[in-house]
Amino acid sequence: MKFGIVRFPGSCDDVDALLAAERVGEAAMLWHAERDLQDVDAVIVPGGFSYGDYLRAGAIARFAPVMEEVAEFARAGGLVLGICNGFQVLCEAGLLPGALLPNVSLRFICRQVGLEVVRSDTAFTCAATAGSRLSIPVKHTTGRFYAPEAELDRLQAAGQVLLRYAPAQNPNGSARDIAGVANEAGNVFGLMPHPEHAVDPLTGSADGLTIFESMRAQVADRISV
Amino acid sequence: MRHRELGLTDAEYELIVAKLGREPGHVELAMFSLMWSEHCAYKHSKKLLRRLPTEGPHVLLGPGENAGVVDVGGGIAVAFKVESHNHPSAVEPFQGAATGVGGILRDVFAVGARPIAVLDSLRFGEPATSARSRFLLERAVAGIGHYGNSIGVATVGGEIYFESSYEQNCLINAMCLGLAPRERLIRSAAAGPGNVLVLLGALTGRDGIGGASVLASAELGEADDAKRPSVQIGDPFAEKKLLECSLELLDRRLLVSLQDLGAAGLTSSSAEMASKGEVGLDIDVAKVPLREPGMESFEIMISESQERMLGVVEPDRVAEVLAVCERWETLATPIGEVTAGAELRVLRGETVEAEIPVAALVDDCPLYDLDPAAPDRPLYAAPPPLLHGGETPDELLLALLASANIASRRPVFEQYDCIVQSRTVRRPDAADAAVLDLGRGAIAVSIDGNGRRVAGDPRRGAAEVVFECAANLACVGAEPLGLTNCLNFGNPEKPHVAWQLTEAVEGLAEACEALTIPVVGGNVSLYNEAPTGPIFPTPVVGMVGKLPDAARAGRLGLAHEGDAIAIVGSFTPGLACSELAKLRGAAPEGPLPDLDRASAAATHAAVREAVRSGALASAHDVAEGGLAVALAEACLAGGLGAEVALAGEGGDAELFGEAPGRAFIVSGAEAALRGAALPGLRVIGRVGGDALELSAGAVQFKVALSELRAAREGGLVQFA
Repeated sequence: MKFGIVRFPGSCDDVDALLAAERVGEAAMLWHAERDLQDVDAVIVPGGFSYGDYLRAGAIARFAPVMEEVAEFARAGGLVLGICNGFQVLCEAGLLPGALLPNVSLRFICRQVGLEVVRSDTAFTCAATAGSRLSIPVKHTTGRFYAPEAELDRLQAAGQVLLRYAPAQNPNGSARDIAGVANEAGNVFGLMPHPEHAVDPLTGSADGLTIFESMRAQVADRISV
Repeated sequence: MRHRELGLTDAEYELIVAKLGREPGHVELAMFSLMWSEHCAYKHSKKLLRRLPTEGPHVLLGPGENAGVVDVGGGIAVAFKVESHNHPSAVEPFQGAATGVGGILRDVFAVGARPIAVLDSLRFGEPATSARSRFLLERAVAGIGHYGNSIGVATVGGEIYFESSYEQNCLINAMCLGLAPRERLIRSAAAGPGNVLVLLGALTGRDGIGGASVLASAELGEADDAKRPSVQIGDPFAEKKLLECSLELLDRRLLVSLQDLGAAGLTSSSAEMASKGEVGLDIDVAKVPLREPGMESFEIMISESQERMLGVVEPDRVAEVLAVCERWETLATPIGEVTAGAELRVLRGETVEAEIPVAALVDDCPLYDLDPAAPDRPLYAAPPPLLHGGETPDELLLALLASANIASRRPVFEQYDCIVQSRTVRRPDAADAAVLDLGRGAIAVSIDGNGRRVAGDPRRGAAEVVFECAANLACVGAEPLGLTNCLNFGNPEKPHVAWQLTEAVEGLAEACEALTIPVVGGNVSLYNEAPTGPIFPTPVVGMVGKLPDAARAGRLGLAHEGDAIAIVGSFTPGLACSELAKLRGAAPEGPLPDLDRASAAATHAAVREAVRSGALASAHDVAEGGLAVALAEACLAGGLGAEVALAGEGGDAELFGEAPGRAFIVSGAEAALRGAALPGLRVIGRVGGDALELSAGAVQFKVALSELRAAREGGLVQFA
């Protein structure tokens, strides 16, 4: 199992994602200007401020050469995980539904939050238990998930909401407490919380490992078939 | 007289003429005015600073380099430095604070270290009564977050005090620390005549022209809006690329030396590099990439545009350097070369625009003796009383917890990314110092500086700053390796400020000697003075220590029901300069309680060992607000109550008196505490319940944790 972590100029949590992925498999950096995905089994688009994010979070990164390959990889069913800025990039790229708006407070918020696992029968949550709670930090200014009401209904009905903020712990005003959503096919997933910053009790929590372990299990299943 | 407009005295001008043997030209005068400014030449503080101990077994680079560096073992070095950006922040707080962070980050990666953490020490006027102070607080915090969060360096700690003396002159001190394999460390000395000078990073524009002399070396007054163009604008994305690019250049061994461009821009960086290397430099300003057309030579030489570095490269490595920079989308331009001479020459094509002996710029600025005199009357007015007598002890405790200087900093620190780079073992509010995991062992860092106590008693107050910082490290089990300081004072040409400065430096030196902690670098910010008077004398100390095992790093919160709670250390807390005295409307007046430096140092060592051995479940130093506040903080951090009986009569001094850096509140299994050889150990109670229950003499109260929490959490959130 080999993860590829996209590195844009301005990525900040790229090394963190690499270290987290290396706890469950191999991992390599994917340079933004190159189209080579190095035969990875899954792609992680990490957190940070790609290209400075001076325009709109993720708006420039979606045009990076590597993203064309990531989109192709996703269309072919490859697993793509977007964390924080990566979630924003995947929304901008049209690979995930909805959009991320500035937090209700209009401020950057760094905080450990509780998350509820909505479904555990997905590629990104199969190592967790539905209804269980994960302690994972958030840190962002633009993390309020938004979609029109009808779209939110559709996402819920289609089972695309995989993680919610626990009651009273929604840090940013996200619609229906949504913390992470998948695409219709279930192979692309974005979330604002940072599972790569919750992989060791020493630094706060190991609950985020479950996301990476789920991806590994999914890939292992697929390879064994 | 042009030199006077540039901040030079007539005598200084005469000296320049004597050194050059002629009148300086336009460009030369501009360069001298900056290099001989207080900010660059430390002309009122350099002699005093020689008093500080700078040597120690762990020191790899001491004062004078871009940042100090200490050895943490295993081939790893830690670089760190604190620096002020006070005057720019008073004019434009968002960009002033942001570029303060950007500047200190560059100082750290200029020595080859990857920045891993930032801490900030902030001072503002009273938030309850000053809209200006609330504005400065909000914008400065936003600016720090903007830069640190965007560049991916964790802001792991800091401190904020509010006092009316900072109303006009807020203080923004930023500290950065970085990690480097020892072999990647690099100095700033230029070397090798014929080597190429390469300017890295952002375009050079007109921003910050004369910032060092205009803003940092004179008192702020009316009409400071006119100075706003002197404040630089930060671009963390450009710096992120410059950082990654610089470290890659160093990893590939492509640079001979490296220096960041800070105050006084190209002038100061090139002069410092030439001076340290005892070489000359030629710079062709026509080759400097500009952001706007038509810039004059002097503007190019003194521009303070951010996100730039200057490297020395061997001629046959230039192509490789440019290729690395291109990959990181970072501009790199050869702009000059190292010469065998002793002059810094500024050329525009073939025309020589300036030719100055390097020594004249860097070493020959006159150093001034201070003329200290203790003030014969109080320098600082008493604050308006917020308490009026008749409050019960539990009411006093709640008032202290809700006061701006003691209340929870959560509304501030939640705006900073404290976890990026995956090293943060102790986040803000979890322990007295931040702890960062290094894989093998860990480092701890703390920043401190209570100006009100220094105002009341400069020598002892400054010593307390060092002791409190060291106490914070002891609470997580860390042994101090070195410290950096930023001396924020008023106008040193005034005798009473000169006295504060002299006394404070003596206090710092005595404390450093007692604890055997070397000063590895720092910064001085003078002229922090408004028409209403000087700021509180504010020496800020940032201290770095190491601990063998991150998993055993101490915490401040009580941990287990039934644990014993004890006081460790000998101290006689007093109300002078305390938070309680301030709330009651007392001016800051000494003397402060006696500080037995040897006894306090021994206490720190014992607490450190007890934390490392696991004998202590929690440790917290007793500081602002005294014992009662320290106990409440330990309860809240652990989410557990306590039942405590103090030995005295329950007077205000016993409950709320202060004597920071000398004593600790610890908890743990009673047998473990008693077996840990802790000096002056007094078991005072037990962990348990959901309230803090305290008795002393006739005093007895019980306050629910929820009530304590509401007071502490609510104190700052209304302003921040």
